[in-house]
Amino acid sequence: MLCVSELSCSRGDRRLFSGVNLTLSQGHCVHIEGDNGVGKTSLLRIVSGLSPAAGGQVAWAGEPIQASEAYRAARMYLGHALALKEDLSALENLQFDAAIAGRPLSVLDASAALVQLGLRGREHLPVRVLSQGQKRRAALARLLASRAALWILDEPLVALDLPAQTQVCQFLQTHLDAGGMALVTSHQPLQVSGAHCSKYRLQA
Amino acid sequence: MTLHFKFWFRFASPQAFYALAGRLWPGLAVLATLLGLWGLWLGLCVAPTDFQQGQAYRIIFVHVPASWMSMVIYMAMAFWALLGLTFNTRLSGMMTQALAPTGALFAFLSLWTGALWGKPMWGAWWVWDARLTSELILFFLYLGFIGLTAAIDDPRRADKAGGLLALVGAINVPIIYFSVRWWNTLHQGASVSMTQGSSMAQTMLTAMLLMALSFWFYAIAVALYRVRTLILVRERNTHWVGELLKTEELSQ
Amino acid sequence: MNPYWAVLRRDLALALRRKNEVLTAVFFFVVVASLFPLGIGPEMGTLRLIAPGILWVGALLASMLALGRLFAADHQDGSLEQMVLSSASLPGLVAVKILAHWLLSGLPLVLLAPVLALQFDLSAEAIGVLMATLLLGTPLLSLIGSVGAALTLGVRGADVLLSLLVLPLYIPALVFGAGAVQAQTAGLGASAHLSILLAMLLVAALFTPWACAVALRIALE
Repeated sequence: MLCVSELSCSRGDRRLFSGVNLTLSQGHCVHIEGDNGVGKTSLLRIVSGLSPAAGGQVAWAGEPIQASEAYRAARMYLGHALALKEDLSALENLQFDAAIAGRPLSVLDASAALVQLGLRGREHLPVRVLSQGQKRRAALARLLASRAALWILDEPLVALDLPAQTQVCQFLQTHLDAGGMALVTSHQPLQVSGAHCSKYRLQA
Repeated sequence: MTLHFKFWFRFASPQAFYALAGRLWPGLAVLATLLGLWGLWLGLCVAPTDFQQGQAYRIIFVHVPASWMSMVIYMAMAFWALLGLTFNTRLSGMMTQALAPTGALFAFLSLWTGALWGKPMWGAWWVWDARLTSELILFFLYLGFIGLTAAIDDPRRADKAGGLLALVGAINVPIIYFSVRWWNTLHQGASVSMTQGSSMAQTMLTAMLLMALSFWFYAIAVALYRVRTLILVRERNTHWVGELLKTEELSQ
Repeated sequence: MNPYWAVLRRDLALALRRKNEVLTAVFFFVVVASLFPLGIGPEMGTLRLIAPGILWVGALLASMLALGRLFAADHQDGSLEQMVLSSASLPGLVAVKILAHWLLSGLPLVLLAPVLALQFDLSAEAIGVLMATLLLGTPLLSLIGSVGAALTLGVRGADVLLSLLVLPLYIPALVFGAGAVQAQTAGLGASAHLSILLAMLLVAALFTPWACAVALRIALE
C-alpha cells in the first residue's frame, strides 16, 4: 500500500541518501536501521509528507502522497518532539490529539489508554512534572487511541524502561495483526515476530 | 507553441542558464554603460535649465529612473517568486535572490537623490511626500527580503520563504501606496513635482528614458552575473560544476 | 468536538495557565501610551492632536510584540507538526489560532484604549471611533502578522526580523486607523476610513490564513 521509489534526500547542499526503495503492505513493518546522521529521521519526515524529497516518489495506494486525501487520515507520525503541551495534563493532551485527528475521545477512553501505558494517577498532572520516560508514555498513548493504518515512528522506545518497551512492541504487534503497517526507526531491537517485520539498512 | 515552451524550459536547468547568462551579461553591461553615458550627457549638459528650479533639478535624471527601477525589480522578483513557488524550480529562487540587492540599491539611490533634491528645493533633507515615503517603505520591503533569506540556513527553504514574502509584499505595494497617498493628501503635505510646467522638454524626457534603459540593462547584467555565482555555490556538488572548475584551473 | 473548536479551547486554556505572557502585550501598550506625554510635554492641545497616532502606534507595537507567541511554542514542542499533518484544513486551524491569539492580545487593547484615551483628553465620539478602528484593526494586524510569524519560525534573530518584515505591511492599517480618529475630531466623519478598514479586514481574513498555511509548511520542511 505504501510505495517508496528511488527516494533521495538533501539537507542544505549535502546529499544524505539516494535510491531508497521500500514497499509496505498490510500487516507489515519495516525497521529502518542506520548510523547516526545517515538520514533516518529525514526519511520518515519525507514519508510522512512534512519534508519534500530531493528526488523519487512516495505513493499511497498508487497515488502520490501530496495529492492523496486518504493518506492524511491514514498516517500517524510520532517524531522526536513529543507534541505534548507542558502546561496541559496528559489527559488533555490526548483528548486534543484525538480531536485534531477527527476522532474525539471521551475522558473515560483517554484515561483507559493512559492507564494501559502505566500512567494511572498521573493523567491529570501537568506534563511538565512527568519524567522523560513518562512523557514518552503519554505521547505513545496516541497509538492506542488512533485508528491510523500507517504508523511512522521515529525512535519510539527512547527513554522507556524495559517493561514499557515490551509493552509498546506488543501494541505494534497488535496493530500489525489487525492489518496495520508501520515504519519504525530504532536503535533498540523491535520485539515483533519475524514474519511481520523486515529490516532496511539506510546507507549514505 | 509546444516548441517554444520546450525551448524556454531548457533554460530552467541551472547548467543551461549558467551558460546563457555568461553569454548575455557582458553585452548588457556595455549597453548599459553606453546608454548611461549618453543619458547623462543629455541630462547634465544638453537639457535646458529649468525656469524655476535652476541647475539642481538635474538630479531627477538619476532619481526618477532609480525609483522606476526599484519598482520594476520588485515586480520582477515577485514574478520569479510566483514561478518558483508554482513550479518548484531551483533557478527561480536564485533569480529572486540575485535581483534583490540591486533593487535595494536603486531604492536607496532614489531616497538619497530625493533628499539631495529636496534640500535646495524646500530647505529640508526629507519631506514626507507620498512617493518618497512609499519609496522608503519599498526599501524596507527589500531589506526584509534580504534579511529573511540571509537568516535561513537551508537554501531551498530560504528560496521558498523569500518567494512568499516577495509575493505578499508585491500584493501589498499598491495598497501601501494608496494608503500613503491618502495620508499625504489628507494632511496637505508637500508634494514633489518633477516640473512645474505641464510638459517636459523633449530632451529631458529622452534623457530620463535613456537613463531608465541604462539602469534596466545594468540591473539585468548584474543580476545575471550574481545568479551565475549563486548557481556555482548551490550546485557545487554536481558533476558539471566539478568539470567546469577543473577546466578553469587547467586554463590558468 | 471538532478540531477547530479543540484548537481554540486549547490555546485559550494554555494562555490562561500562563497569564503573564498575555499581560506583557497589554502592559506594553499602557507603558508606551504613558511614555509619549513624558517625552513630548504636557500641553493638552498637542496631546489631543497626536493622541490617535500614539494610541494606534502603541497598539500596533503591542500587537507585534505578541506575535512571537503565535506559533513558536507549538513549533518547539512538535504540536505544529501534528496540526500540519492532521486531516483538518490547515488554513482553518491557522485562522482559529489567530482568533485565539487576537482574543488574548488584541481584544484587551481595544478594551483598554478608552482608558488610555482619557489621558489625552479625547472626546467621547473620538474614543468611540478609536475603539471601532482598533476593533477592526487589531484582528487585521494579527492576520497580517501571522504570515510574518510563520515565515520567521525557528530563524535566528526572529524577533527583530519579524518587525522588519511586518511593519511595512502594517502601514495601511495604521494610516486608516489613526486617520479615522483624526477625521472624526476634525468633524469630517470616519465612515470612509472605517469602511476601508473593514474591507481590508475581510480580504485579509479570506487570504492570510491560506498564505500563513503555506508559510508554515515551508517552515517545517
